[in-house]
Amino acid sequence: MKFTQILGVAVLLSGTMLAGFAQAADINGAGASFPAPAYQAWGAAYKEKASVGVNYQSIGSGGGQNQIINRTVDFGASDAPMADDKLASNNLLQFPTVIGSVVAIVNVEGVADGHLTLSGPVLADIYQGKITKWNDPRIAELNKDVKLPAAAIVPVYRSDSSGTSYVFTSYLAAASADWKSNVGAATSVQWPAGAGAKGNEGVAGTVKNTKGAIGYVEYVYAAANKLATTNLLNKAGKVVKPDVSTFMAAASAADWKTAKNFNASMIDTAGADAWPIVSATFILLPKNPANGAQSAEVMKFFDWAYGKDGDAIAEKLHYIPLPDAVVGDIRKAWQDEVKADGKAVWSN
Amino acid sequence: MAHMDATLGASPSGQLAHKPTGRISDPIFVGLLWASGLFVLVLLGLIIAMLFHGGLPALKEFGAAFLWSTSWNPVTEKFGAGVMVFGTLFSAIIAVIVALPLSFGIAFFLTEIAPMKLRRPIGVAVQLLAAIPSIIYGMWGFFIVVPLIAAYIQPPLIEWLGPLPVIGALFQGPPLGAGMLTAGLILALMILPFITAMFVEVLESVPPMIKESAYGVGATTYEVYRNVSVPYGRTAMVGAVMLGLGRALGETMAVTFVIGNATRMSASLFAPGSTIASTIANEFPEAPMGSLKLQALLQLGFILFVISFIVLALSRLLVRSKLKS
Repeated sequence: MKFTQILGVAVLLSGTMLAGFAQAADINGAGASFPAPAYQAWGAAYKEKASVGVNYQSIGSGGGQNQIINRTVDFGASDAPMADDKLASNNLLQFPTVIGSVVAIVNVEGVADGHLTLSGPVLADIYQGKITKWNDPRIAELNKDVKLPAAAIVPVYRSDSSGTSYVFTSYLAAASADWKSNVGAATSVQWPAGAGAKGNEGVAGTVKNTKGAIGYVEYVYAAANKLATTNLLNKAGKVVKPDVSTFMAAASAADWKTAKNFNASMIDTAGADAWPIVSATFILLPKNPANGAQSAEVMKFFDWAYGKDGDAIAEKLHYIPLPDAVVGDIRKAWQDEVKADGKAVWSN
Repeated sequence: MAHMDATLGASPSGQLAHKPTGRISDPIFVGLLWASGLFVLVLLGLIIAMLFHGGLPALKEFGAAFLWSTSWNPVTEKFGAGVMVFGTLFSAIIAVIVALPLSFGIAFFLTEIAPMKLRRPIGVAVQLLAAIPSIIYGMWGFFIVVPLIAAYIQPPLIEWLGPLPVIGALFQGPPLGAGMLTAGLILALMILPFITAMFVEVLESVPPMIKESAYGVGATTYEVYRNVSVPYGRTAMVGAVMLGLGRALGETMAVTFVIGNATRMSASLFAPGSTIASTIANEFPEAPMGSLKLQALLQLGFILFVISFIVLALSRLLVRSKLKS
C-alpha cells in the first residue's frame, strides 16, 4: 500500500528527528496496547539504569506488525502471535515478554465480586444470544448457592479490534465447537449479540452502567479498577478464581517445548488450577537487522526486563513474568537466529 | 493592480509619493496564490484517488455487492458496507429530524422574539456548542446520556410502543442505552449550531418591509413566521439542513462512543449499530497492511466520501440558487 509506506517514512522521519533531540541510541518500538504499561514502566526504569531511552508507541498489534515489517521501528509488539509463514517471509524473530489474562466482569443485582461461576460453553452461549436470562438453568446449575435474578443478560464486547478480543474469542472457540464454527477467533469478529464499547474502559463503563451486563477485560485493568469478576470452570472441571496463582498454573501447564516461534497456547489448558483465558504477548525483532548494534540494544533491554528488576515491575502492574525455562530458550534464540552481516548480534 | 495603484494615488494626503514595489514581488505573489488554490484541488484529488485505489481490491473481490452486503466478518474475511451505510444514513437522519425543529425555534426566537439583551448570550451559547470537541460529546454521551436513556427513556417506550404493529419495530430490543437513537441525539446537538447559524442568517435577510406589511394586515407572529419568513428562505434553509446532514455523516469519535458498535442490521431505534466512520475508527488499528480488511476499510472511506460529496453538492446548489435570486 503506497500511502502506508509514505506514512511509515513520515513516522520514521519524525522518529529520527525526536531521537536526535533525546539520545542517539534510543530504542524505538511500537505495537500492542495491552503490554504498553509494562513496556513503558520498564523503559523508564531502564533509562535510569542504562541511560538508553525506550520510546514505545502503543498503536495496536496490527500497527506494530506493519511497522516492523517496514522496519520503521527497532522492535514491534503484538498480542496475537504472527503466523509462522508471515514470520518467515518477513524474516522476523518472535518471542514472548509477559503473560496476561482476560477475565469476565458482571453487573448482576445481588451478586458480589467473585461469587458467580461460569463455564466456557455457557459464556459462548451468552455471547451468541442463546442464554438470555441470568436465571437460566445452565447458569443456575453452576451457582447453586447464589440467588440469580430473572434479568436479561446484556453481553458487552470490545468494539475496537484488540488482542483482548483475540484471546477471549480464542477461549470461546476452544470451549465451544458451536462458537468455533459460527463465529471464530480474531481481533474482531462478527458478534452475534450484544453491544460494543471502545477499549477496556468502554467495556467496564458500559457494564457498570447497564443492569444485567457482562463484559470481558484484561485482568490488569479489572484489578486496577476493582471490578466485579467471575470464577470459571476450567478444563479439569475445577472452579478457579482469577488471580496470579491460577495464571501461573496456566503458564506452567502450557507446552513451551514443542511450540514453534514460542507460540505456546495457554488457552483452556488441562492444568488442575489453571485459569483458562491466559495468553502471552509478543515482541517481533528482525532476524537480519540493518544495524546490529541497535538490535543488540533491544535485546539488552529485554534481557534486563526478564531479570529481577523487570519482573518486580511487571508483577506490580499485575502482569505474570515468564517461566525461567522459557526465558532461557528466548536468550538462546537471540544468539542463534539474529544475525547482522552473518554474525550473531547477541551472545549469552 | 492598476486599480489599486489608482486608489492609492488618489489618497487624500497626496504627500507620500507611491513607489510601485510590485514589479518583481507581484508575479511571485500571484504565483503563490495560484499554488495555494491548486494545492487544494490536487490534495483533494490525491485523497480521492488514494481511497479508491487502496480500496479497489476489496471492490474487485466482492463486486458491487460490497455496497449493500450486510456481512462484516473479519474471521472469514467477508466484508460488505451495507450495515455501515445504513447506520450512517439512519443516525444522520435521526440527527436532522431532532435538530431541525430545535434550530427553527432557536433561530426564530433569536431574530424575532428575544429581547436585545438576551440575543447575544444565547447566540454565543449556540456558537460555543460548535466549539466543543467531538470527543467531549462522546464522553458526555457515554457517561451521562446513555445511562439516562437506558434507565428512563427506553424501558417505557419498549413496553408501550414495542408491541404495536409496524412502528413497534422501531422500539424493540433490550434497553442498552447505546444505539442508533442515542447516536442520533448526540449528532443532533453537534449539528444544531451550524443549522441554527444559517437559519438566523436567512431569517435576518428577510426584508423587514415584507414582514411589517404582514404584521400590518393583522398577521400574528406565527403567521408571519409560517407564511412570510420561512417561504422566503426555504431553499437556503434546505441547504443549511443538508450541510448539517453532511457533518453528521462523517462524525466519528462521538458516534463511536454511543452507537453500540454492532455490525448487525436492525430497524430498531434502540439497537446498536455502526457507521462508516465508527467502523474505520474501530477496525483500523488492527488492520494489517495489504490485508483485505484494510482494503475494505479504505473502500468504506471512499463510499463515505461519495455520500458526503453528494450531500454537500446538493446543499451548495440549493444555497446558491437562493443567493442568486
